[in-house]
Amino acid sequence: MESSRDDFVIAIRSAFLKKGTQQRFSLLSLILFSLLLLILSNLNFKVIEYTKIGINEIVYRSSFIVSGPENFIKNSYIKIQNHFALYKENEKNKSELANLKAKYLVNEFVILENQRLKDIVDDYLIKSDTIFAKVLSDKGSPFLKSIISNRGSKHGVKLGMIAADEEYLIGKVVEVNYTTSRILLLSDLNSKIPVIIEPDGLLSILSGTGKDYGVIQYVEKNKPFTEDSIIYTSGTGGLFKAGMPIGRMNKISLNDEKKIDFFSDFSQLKFIEIFSYIKNEDK
Amino acid sequence: MTVLTNKNIIKKLISKIPLILLFVSVLNDYDFNHLNLKYFSFNFSYILIFYYSLKKSESLGYSYIFIAGLFNDVVVGTPIGLSSLVYLILCVSAAYLRNITLRPNLIKDCIFFLLTILIVNSILFVSLNYIFGYKLYYFDQIINITFTFLLYFLFSNLFDFFEKNLVGNDVR
Repeated sequence: MESSRDDFVIAIRSAFLKKGTQQRFSLLSLILFSLLLLILSNLNFKVIEYTKIGINEIVYRSSFIVSGPENFIKNSYIKIQNHFALYKENEKNKSELANLKAKYLVNEFVILENQRLKDIVDDYLIKSDTIFAKVLSDKGSPFLKSIISNRGSKHGVKLGMIAADEEYLIGKVVEVNYTTSRILLLSDLNSKIPVIIEPDGLLSILSGTGKDYGVIQYVEKNKPFTEDSIIYTSGTGGLFKAGMPIGRMNKISLNDEKKIDFFSDFSQLKFIEIFSYIKNEDK
Repeated sequence: MTVLTNKNIIKKLISKIPLILLFVSVLNDYDFNHLNLKYFSFNFSYILIFYYSLKKSESLGYSYIFIAGLFNDVVVGTPIGLSSLVYLILCVSAAYLRNITLRPNLIKDCIFFLLTILIVNSILFVSLNYIFGYKLYYFDQIINITFTFLLYFLFSNLFDFFEKNLVGNDVR
């Protein structure tokens, strides 16, 4: 009994302390160092913050290069698939275009009228200078749904700025480095934004799920949602401008979980716009 | 002489493949840890680190594993140092198994690997959920652990094949 305990201690000690032929550090010292890093980064220690920014810069760039071959294969596959679906899509687009042209004229009038009315109540916000950014990495992490853009504080990106894919809201800037920044996507588990569900005008909270859809929270169970329900930002809390389109109600889950299909496909983002909204007179 | 030097370079490069694989797997956009499939995901880095720490500890090097962990934290977005800690715990476990094993056996290795990934994933789950305020799905973790464990058989044989036929080493 005594000797088996000794064996265990020897094996454990050897595992922790013994260095291999080409090992510079023992496992124990590296484990202690990672624990120290964890604790200091949790305490927002300045040196660790700077080290982290340095590592971020290296890793984001190298991640972009390393992902190159796989991105190429993936993009080629998508391209081929798209080619096969081209004819059908063209037919659909033609009929949609005809519809949209008619709606456009009506919209133009409504937009101008809305602009005029908002100007009167001093709620008319305009876009700040838009920063166009390339997506360096769209890491599908199980912990964080985020993308890395190639624009940072050097290009004027600030914390909390809005990220959009054309007109569609996709997230906000949560980390700014010198030449890169991280954008937390709406699909992230920790993302919660105030929204309005049109045409009923219901105010609610859109929560990320960590998957490729969001869910509507804090609404009554028997609210009459239809598959035509569109989700826009409500502007409550002042973080986002009201009326930015986000997604459409998933028709399969109208009654239970109330899933939202985002307009923008977060796994296909290549270029994004980063901006903030400012009051008309601040410009 | 030139041919000999070239051969040496190629041999050296082949012997570094596990290390390259480790860094590619942590830096990659599409790591196997999250393939966007509902009921399938596995952690390739765990398998690679455990296998090479167990069979050929000089191939990877603890310092490189530590750095790979830091890179993984940055890419995945977890608190810096956490993945390094998890990877190093895998190394400790593999080193312990190596020390106590007289006759290596794949089944025993796998069972020990399962125990280890259960422990490291528990550490990861508890620390992320309760200390750092991340929200994780318990079910996703279980799926990940199951497939990582099952695929250890496959990758273990693949790595054995690679070491025997390409590198020319007989792993124990």
